[in-house]
Amino acid sequence: MNLIPVLIAWPLLAAIVVPCIRDKRARGVAVYVGAGGVMTLALGLLAVWLAGGKRDVLLYPETEILDTAMLVGEVLLMGLIVFLCVRHKKYPVILLSVGQTALLLWAELTRPDFTLVDFAAQIFGPLVDMNTELMQPHMRVDCLAMLMVIIVAVVGGLICIYAVGYMKAYHHHHADVQDRSGFFFSMLFLFLAAMLGLVLSESLTWMYFFWEITSVISFLLIGYTRTEEAVRNSFRALWINLLGGCGFAVAIAVASRTVGTTQLSDLVNLSVWLTQNQPALAAVTVVPIAMLAFAGLTKSAQLPFSSWLLGAMVAPTPSSALLHSATMVKAGVYLLIRLAPALAGTMTGNMVAFIGGFTFIAASMMAIAQNDGKKVLAFSTISNLGLIVACAGIGDEETIWAAVLLMIFHSVSKSMLFQAVGSVENSLGSRDIESMHGLLLRLPKLTYIMGIGIAGMYLAPFGMLISKWVALKSFIDADNYLLVIFLAFGSATTMFYWTKWLSKLVSLHHTKEEVHDVTRRDQYVSMSIHAAATLLLCLLFPLVSQGVVDPIITQLFGESYQVLSMGVLTTMAVMLVSVLFVPTLMFLLTRSAHQNYVPIYMGGVNEGDNTYFVNSFGEPEHLYLSNWYLRFEFGMRRLMRPAVYISAGVLVVMLCLIVGGAL
Amino acid sequence: MQAVSVILYLILAPFAGALLDGVSRIVSARMQGRKGPPLLQPFYDLLKLFQKQMIAVNSVQMLLNLSYLVFLAIAGSMLFAGADILMCLFILSTADMFLIMAASSDSSPFSSLGASREMMQIMAYEPLTLLLSVGFYLTTGSFHVGDIISRPVSAIVFMPGFLIGFFVITAIKLRKSPFDLSTSHHAHQELVKGLTTEMAGPTFGIMNVAEYYEMILMLGIVALFFLNENWWSWPLAIVMCLLVFFLEILWDNVSARVKWRTMLDSCWIVTLLSAGLNGLILMLIQ
Repeated sequence: MNLIPVLIAWPLLAAIVVPCIRDKRARGVAVYVGAGGVMTLALGLLAVWLAGGKRDVLLYPETEILDTAMLVGEVLLMGLIVFLCVRHKKYPVILLSVGQTALLLWAELTRPDFTLVDFAAQIFGPLVDMNTELMQPHMRVDCLAMLMVIIVAVVGGLICIYAVGYMKAYHHHHADVQDRSGFFFSMLFLFLAAMLGLVLSESLTWMYFFWEITSVISFLLIGYTRTEEAVRNSFRALWINLLGGCGFAVAIAVASRTVGTTQLSDLVNLSVWLTQNQPALAAVTVVPIAMLAFAGLTKSAQLPFSSWLLGAMVAPTPSSALLHSATMVKAGVYLLIRLAPALAGTMTGNMVAFIGGFTFIAASMMAIAQNDGKKVLAFSTISNLGLIVACAGIGDEETIWAAVLLMIFHSVSKSMLFQAVGSVENSLGSRDIESMHGLLLRLPKLTYIMGIGIAGMYLAPFGMLISKWVALKSFIDADNYLLVIFLAFGSATTMFYWTKWLSKLVSLHHTKEEVHDVTRRDQYVSMSIHAAATLLLCLLFPLVSQGVVDPIITQLFGESYQVLSMGVLTTMAVMLVSVLFVPTLMFLLTRSAHQNYVPIYMGGVNEGDNTYFVNSFGEPEHLYLSNWYLRFEFGMRRLMRPAVYISAGVLVVMLCLIVGGAL
Repeated sequence: MQAVSVILYLILAPFAGALLDGVSRIVSARMQGRKGPPLLQPFYDLLKLFQKQMIAVNSVQMLLNLSYLVFLAIAGSMLFAGADILMCLFILSTADMFLIMAASSDSSPFSSLGASREMMQIMAYEPLTLLLSVGFYLTTGSFHVGDIISRPVSAIVFMPGFLIGFFVITAIKLRKSPFDLSTSHHAHQELVKGLTTEMAGPTFGIMNVAEYYEMILMLGIVALFFLNENWWSWPLAIVMCLLVFFLEILWDNVSARVKWRTMLDSCWIVTLLSAGLNGLILMLIQ
């Protein structure tokens, strides 16, 4: 377990060293070493932890110097935000930042000598041995934290490797953007360090510190190009995430005063225990939990806070990939999954589940009207996170099982899809889905990768669909019919936007435009590993469920739970075999068959190349086929405003009821 | 028992489907005041299609069409094996993906338009299929077809709304008016032959056989509403399937094709009103 400080310090070191290297080639090598190091250290930690018997390890009870250092760090972060806000004349944001930092400083510095033991004494009277010394660990390594470490380190590390090749091509295409790649890589590594710290933290104050760092770094990454749009979007991301940070700070301040603990798992366990045994007293934990859930909702870009993630598209693709797949938004759902046992059956849980379910359907509808590849991916991220959030809000064993599985599959597939779209953009000069017509013939390798990613997002029997199946079942068992309806309609719209993208890719359309694949080898290495991981996750799905997800459920809920029966596993095996082997078999069967190839029917006379036809003037006309985008029906302009109003209304009303009910 | 019913489905479904197709052509013709083709005309058509020369516009169409056929057969087998109905419906939509890919791969204007409309049709009917399995789960406590049909009372008693909704979307799946947007059995067409424009000879034959499998699968789901542990529910289910099929033909002949917007709106509204309300009631009385 001594590896943990090294694991966090290594990307930190990389973040400092990489921008100091001027030579591009040497810097690339440094990034490879940095990313490889993170992955190796994470796998090393996994090996040590496995060898130790997969235990729930609690670490660092006494850390006064570090605690002080973090408080200083928070003040410095606040200073940085204030400086940048003043420079860009965004004064209201200062209030949010100063407010929450002041609140946290006050809570930490004037913290009364009131611990969980004192709180317990209030309930049971002085019968309890008052000398019991509580252990207050600041870090915890359990199954869920370990899974997150692996996701962050491996997916994040691969994204850093991909970024080396990508940034070269990016600055080749965008000559107007000042080349600040050194800074960019530095931020990527800093992000990984903060994220690793966040998922390993058990103390809420530590978690808050890392939480704030990720908010600030995502702000810096989004503003990378320094265009007007980038600055605007980066400040939007900043204020929304700071709003969530305010919720976090309130939660810490309240929890330290009312129940005397700022340990995440103590808070959750206490809440569960009180609800079961002393319902009259349960109200004391409601406010901190609701505030933490609120912070989780902002970070995971749920409605009405989705706009920051959509705006984040202006940054270079690796940062989008990082924000969407391995880090940032996953921090939000990670916190919600941690909170899940305390959310089950409560008003806060219902609020989280509603917001999640509503976001799932609303974002998937708006995705239909997008023709920008990255926008579609952004909406799909928001929508999928909505499903995970809804599962966390219901908070029973089945839904958390589905949530964790969704998270694993989403991280890998989404990272791969972003990388593929980024590479296509560098080659084609556009990320418009319309310009990807017939991509299979033009950039076959990238198309295969994209195809695997898209299939992984929605087709049977890939993991996302299995999770959806389990989610549907558990929504019924939880008697939440609204979520069932959301899921039923949301799946249909999800299917629509992915299918039309996929069908665009597979059109066998020959064009005369020459396209050169400028994707570099390191980009392909990263993408191929992702593709292999997606396929393996799908093939080894029962093992993943047994070896990774079941222990997480056991540790979170204290009892083991069998979500998938043997019968379901057999059915899935049949599906898996058929999906992988039927097309292959058919390919082999039809390859030998003799076919006469004929030109397609085009209305006008086909010029012979299936690309031009004779129009009514007797001249050759280029065939142009477009997808449906249904902008009037599903466009952002039509749906975004009502969706934000509805979700914001529900959120405000329910938060008022929750907080009011607890007072 | 399961194996027998799966094998029977795999062997008999195309014949039963073609026979029903023949009946539907005759019934349609009578409704229009015509005599109609012989009962076995679909068989003659298929025979002819498979004897034709193999012509194609690209190399993958045949393989995607074959995959469509095999996946429909797997989906149907799952239903007839008494397996999980939700998984069966998931496979059904995966099968449809292959048909859409086959049509899109041609990059031809008419078949691409047909493929887009097919996606729209899936989006219109999919919520109901998911809710349908939810309905069966709420009624019988299981997603398993084997459990659903061995209850003392038929599911229809608890879920009449779902049957109404299912009747509407069956029109989409059987490519009947008013929802035959992507391709149609009727001669009047605005999209030439839509989805199937570029399919010829054996490729088109395979597509037809696949549709027969799908037809029997849909009627099998209708039967699920009526089957229970008593023997007399089986003839009742068959009669009800035939009745539903007849009503589909009737609806096909009395209505004109609608625009996609009308189809989407009406299907979603019907889904919400019939299946949505029925499911809500089921959940409340539980």
